[in-house]
Parts: sequence; C-alpha cells; structure tokens
Amino acid sequence: MAATQAPILEIKGLSKSFAGTRVLNDINLAVPRGSIVSLLGRSGSGKTTLLQLIAGLHDPDTGTLVIGGTDMGGVPPYERPVNMMFQSYALFPHLSVADNIAYGLKARGTPRAERDRLLAWALELVRLEGLGSRRPDQLSGGQRQRVALARCLVMKPAVLLLDEPMAALDRSLRADVQQELTGIQRKVGTTFVLVTHDQDEAMAISDYIAVMDQGDIVQFGTPRDVYEYPRTKFVASFLGTINLFEGSLLEGATGRRQLLTEDGLEISANRETASVGETSCTVGVRPEKVSISRQPMALANNFAGTIERLSYSGNLSHATIRLSRRRVIEATVVNSDHTGASALEPGDAVHVAFPAEAAVVLTA
Amino acid sequence: MTKRSLTLVDQLTIGIPFAWLVTFLALPLISVATLSFRVVADSIPPVAPLFSANHGHFALQVSLRGFWIVTNDPLYLHAFWNGLANATLTAVGCILIGFPLAFAIARSPARRRNWYVLLAILPFWTSFLLRAYAWMGLIRDSGPINELLLSLGAIHQPIAILYSPAAVLLVMIYSYLPFFMLPMYAVLEKLPEDLLAAAGDLGARPAYVFRTVTLPLSLPGIVSGAILVFVPAVGEYVIPELVGNSRTMMVGGILWDEFFQNRDWPLAAAIALVTFSLLMVPALVLRRRLGQLSSASL
Repeated sequence: MAATQAPILEIKGLSKSFAGTRVLNDINLAVPRGSIVSLLGRSGSGKTTLLQLIAGLHDPDTGTLVIGGTDMGGVPPYERPVNMMFQSYALFPHLSVADNIAYGLKARGTPRAERDRLLAWALELVRLEGLGSRRPDQLSGGQRQRVALARCLVMKPAVLLLDEPMAALDRSLRADVQQELTGIQRKVGTTFVLVTHDQDEAMAISDYIAVMDQGDIVQFGTPRDVYEYPRTKFVASFLGTINLFEGSLLEGATGRRQLLTEDGLEISANRETASVGETSCTVGVRPEKVSISRQPMALANNFAGTIERLSYSGNLSHATIRLSRRRVIEATVVNSDHTGASALEPGDAVHVAFPAEAAVVLTA
Repeated sequence: MTKRSLTLVDQLTIGIPFAWLVTFLALPLISVATLSFRVVADSIPPVAPLFSANHGHFALQVSLRGFWIVTNDPLYLHAFWNGLANATLTAVGCILIGFPLAFAIARSPARRRNWYVLLAILPFWTSFLLRAYAWMGLIRDSGPINELLLSLGAIHQPIAILYSPAAVLLVMIYSYLPFFMLPMYAVLEKLPEDLLAAAGDLGARPAYVFRTVTLPLSLPGIVSGAILVFVPAVGEYVIPELVGNSRTMMVGGILWDEFFQNRDWPLAAAIALVTFSLLMVPALVLRRRLGQLSSASL
C-alpha cells in the first residue's frame, strides 16, 4: 500500500444536521489510495450519511471533502469521480447484463469501440463472460453483485462507495463473496469505501476500519489495531466480546499503572492511563487472552475462581469463571488437543491469568 | 403435486365470481350473439321466432343481414372509424395528462401521496351526468370560459366549443382520466427509487434517466391504463350525445338508434358484436405484450 502518497479522499471537519438533529460531528478521515476502508457502526451512527456526503447526495454543513486533490465543495454528484454500489444493487431489470454495465458509458457518450473494450474488460474482471445477454433476474445473488460492481468499475471512479455490499446476500454466500470482492479490488486497485454494520465483514475485507458511533469516528485503524487496541468501551465491545474492569488507580511502584476494582481485584494494565489526575479508569481484556489452568500461572494478572459455565463449540470452548460474588470473567480456549477444555468441568477450581499487555486501557 | 379435493371455502371462492361472470357476462353475450342472427319482424319483441312451423314445415329463421350491413354500409364503417379515432385520441390525451400527474404524485413525499390520489379522484364521487352538465355550462357560448376570454379581450366573439368534436374529446379525457391515472400511479409508485439514483450516479442527466429507465419501466402501466380507457371509450354513447355534434356518428349512437328508434335488434346486436371483436383483438395482443413486459421488469 502506498502510505507515502497523498490520501485519495480527505475529509476535514465535516458536520451535518438534518432538521436540527446532528447526524455527523466534526468528521476527519484520510483514506489511503487503493485501500478498502469500512465505515462500521450501528444504524444511526451516521455511516450512511457520511457515504452520501462523499457521493454528493447531500451538502455538508461545515468542513471540506477533497477527492484526488480536488475540493468537492459545490460539485454535483454526477460530476464527482465517485460511483456508488447500492445496497439493493439497483440493477436495471429491463436491461441485459451488458447494457447494465455499459449504462454509464453510454450516458457519458463514450465512443462505441471504447465502450465495447471496457465492457469486455469489466465482464472478464468480474468473471461474467458469456452472461452479457442475460437479464438481472436470471442471475444469482453473487452474480448480481458482480454486475453492480462492474457497472461502477467501468466508470473508473477514483473512489467506489459500497453501501452494505453483503446485505442482499444469503449469509452462507458471504464469505466467498467477500473474498471475490477483495480479489477484484486488488486487481483494479480502485479505492473502496464501504458502509457496514457487520463487524466480521469489516474485519474480513478492510485494510482500515473507521468505527462510528453517534456521528463520530471513534477510532480509525487497521482491523488488528481496532480489535487489539480499542480506545473506548464502545469500540471494545462493538468489535467482539471483552471483559471490562472498572476501578480506581493505584500508584504502582512498577512503572505501570495498576488499578483496584471495587471487588478487590488488582489489575496491571499495558500502559499508563490517558490523563494525569484521573482517579479511575477502565481496562478491557479479550476472552482469548485469558488462560485457564489448575495451577497459578506466572503472568502479571492471576486470579483464582470456579468454572461456572463451559460451552464447547468445536475449535473453541467458551468458559465463564466466577472470581467473586460480583465478578465473572469470560475466557476462550483453543481446543488444541482432543481433551482440550473438556478436561475442565463446571465447578472446577481453577486459576485464570493474563499478561499486563492483554489489559488494554480504555478511555471512555 | 397431488390433487386435493376442493373445500367448501374453495368452491365458494371460485364459485361466486364464476356465477357472476356467467350471469352477467357469458349469458348476455350469448343472448346478443343469437340475437344478431335473427330476422326482423313487426312484432313484440321485434324479431321473428327462431323456429317457425308453416304448413307442416319446420323452418329455422336466421339471417346474416345485420353483419352484412355493418361491414358494407359506409355509415356504419364511418361510425366505427369515429369511435376508434375518438377512443384513441382520448387514450392519448389521458396518457399525456395522466402520466405527468401520476408521476408527480408517485414522486411526492410518501405521507402526502394518498391525499393527492384522493384529491385526484374526489370529483368522481359526484354523479357523472352532473359533471357532464357542469362541463356543458362551462363551455357553452355564454359560459364562464367564453365570458372570461371576451372580457380579457382575447376573443371578440364566443368560441363554439360545445357541440364540437373538441368538446367530446375534452369531456371524455376528463371522464376517463382516473381509469388511466390509477394503474399508472400504481406502477410508478412501485418504481424503485434506487434505480433512478443509480442512473444518476452513473452520470445520466434527468432527461436521459427518464428515457432509459423511467419510461421503459412504466410501459406496463401506460399500456394497462390505456386499455382501460380505450375499450370503454370506443362505445361511449352519453358524452358525444350530450356535448357532441349530433351529425357525428359514433358507435354508441348508431347502436342506440338501431335498437330504440329503428327497432332493428339484430342489426344493433351485430354492431355490438363487431365492436366487441374489434376491441378484443388489440386488447388481447396488448395483454400478451404486457405480460412479457411485466415479467421482464420484475
């Protein structure tokens, strides 16, 4: 990835209200050229509005939006170097696959020879050669998505916007289609900005994820960054599951920040808390970072408890361990041998442990 | 698939409309069809019996005279031509006015749409005859339209609209508009907004979007609406009679005359049957074409 190049899409201080309701607050985002960026959030987080502002379907109240070095202020949707793949795919039912794909070229007045060349290129790119004369209703869901994709890609947009690209597909198809989509993106190198509410989908296909909540981008980073180092409780629990510990700060002599929970657990965290002067903070620990053993372990955080619940799901087992009357901790164990976690039984007295690096300090 | 025996509910659901169609469509049609072959007689009813017994000979009394007259007498051919031309112009007028109207309603905010539809059909809650008389009042020589134009100085003598072919067309378009507009609206309202947005996103200007997406996808609505207007308009009797030129022959008018004034029931029945077949053929062809269109647009 060309991290050194200027971002293809740069958003600064963008805000938008509808009928007095603030939908986006001060959005800042830089999308690297040739990457796949997901806007991930629940409905109402503002992700779709942000996509529409990029497409030019609405004007922002404040802020600037620059695509490929050109300020998009006042540029109408049809003159922006972006195309949108709709959630419904919005294929024209009365036109063949080929006419659907060539629609934008025809509207633009591209000469016939050039149009045919681009059409053949696009059909090959999305592996629909030979299906050009079919109607959309004669295609499978995955094929329809590829027609919609090809219809946008022939336009050679600087940025392709995808609105919930998997929502119209059967769940069983999605893994394959995600791979197909990223494969095509790698081949053409077009920048993709997509909107999704599905964390797994965002993790699987994105180079970067912008996690959105209540009109803000609360965290931007690679899937690994946002999962391993979530900055807020929202991000931590929106992407996967996490054990949260709230407590007051202890002035540790070890150079690390330690905190004491109300139920008396002392936890060593990976780094100092965000701001000096605060007296409490929250740390999060992912279940798969927690080890279970019958003996105490040589890790920074080690607690004794009793297995309360154990659920076996093939490759993994999920355990709920009670540490005290008011506290349970979730642990996920890989079943690396045949007995795996099944050697453990509910009611067993065990030790749970995790390193200080696994306890991530959350700011809010 | 296994054959299930029909429940009582099934039988009723099929049976009631079936009985309705037999009673009010098939039987009258058969009766008109038989009537058209009978022989005129100076009696009540004014047709000779189908079978006659004369000096011990039984005779079947039938005639094709009605059909011969209808297909050979220029008067009737002219009336058919007038009916078809008038119905075509009415349908075209309904398309030209009804399509933009239905389009505008379908594109208005969802919560206002039903109100607009209601407003559009509200006048049709009043008796049709009352509305026809209202039109006569409006367009007569001393009516408000002529008065207004005279007082504005746009004209120096009243325009004779009433009792002209233009008046017939005007009132027919007005009367038949809902039959076009409602099916048109139903199709346009279902037209996915996404398709228009996608066309715009691909760089198409509004006029191009209309020509390449909106129009082809609304064709089924245009065709079904036009059929609904065209078919009854061909035989329209009341409107030409009220606001038209009495010398202009219309199918409905000659049918009325043959039946009630000339008491030539077989000829009147033949006129009705020929009109019926003239309408059925194009309607069936259009229906088939329509079926293909709507299956392609799903």
